[in-house]
Amino acid sequence: MSFNLVLTVAGIGILVGILAMLLNESGRKEMAQAVTIAGVVVVLYIVVQSMSQLFDLVKSVFQLY
Amino acid sequence: MEIWQIVGLALIVTIIGVLLRQFRPEIALQLTILTAVMIFLLVLGKVKVIIELLQSLADQANINSYYLLIVLKIVGISYLAEFGAQICRDAGEGALATKVELAAKISVLVLAIPIIAAIMESLIRLMP
Repeated sequence: MSFNLVLTVAGIGILVGILAMLLNESGRKEMAQAVTIAGVVVVLYIVVQSMSQLFDLVKSVFQLY
Repeated sequence: MEIWQIVGLALIVTIIGVLLRQFRPEIALQLTILTAVMIFLLVLGKVKVIIELLQSLADQANINSYYLLIVLKIVGISYLAEFGAQICRDAGEGALATKVELAAKISVLVLAIPIIAAIMESLIRLMP
């Protein structure tokens, strides 16, 4: 389960990179920017969710309240 | 979770990260954060066992569990702060990382106040 999430993020990163490069080459700078920002937001969503999970677990294990 | 799985995960992420850093540094950074979170999530189950052992040992030695709780909290705070500061430093924000560490030190000091007060009290009691 944890492995899948990491590989998903890596795939999104590579996909966004290639798409942005293609759009840049075909002269659509603003579309490339939009694709980059969308990719960052999607990845940030995943990262923030798993970080909140981590913080909850750390709080319960070390009894930080 | 076994050690070879963690090492494999870290190696794969390192290779993909080197590739991603050339054209998408921001997503490479997020990939690193996600991997760090995942590895710690995998390890935390074992940390729980260690903490339970420490608690049972403290119970047997008749140590006040209040002090053990403080030490546990300090370990948690230092881990979280180290995690955040290291990520900031990796992304080139050294100043931010130093501030996070400063905040962690201050909160550890605040948590340690009861222990310092107890030491002072027993010192004063020892003095004639």
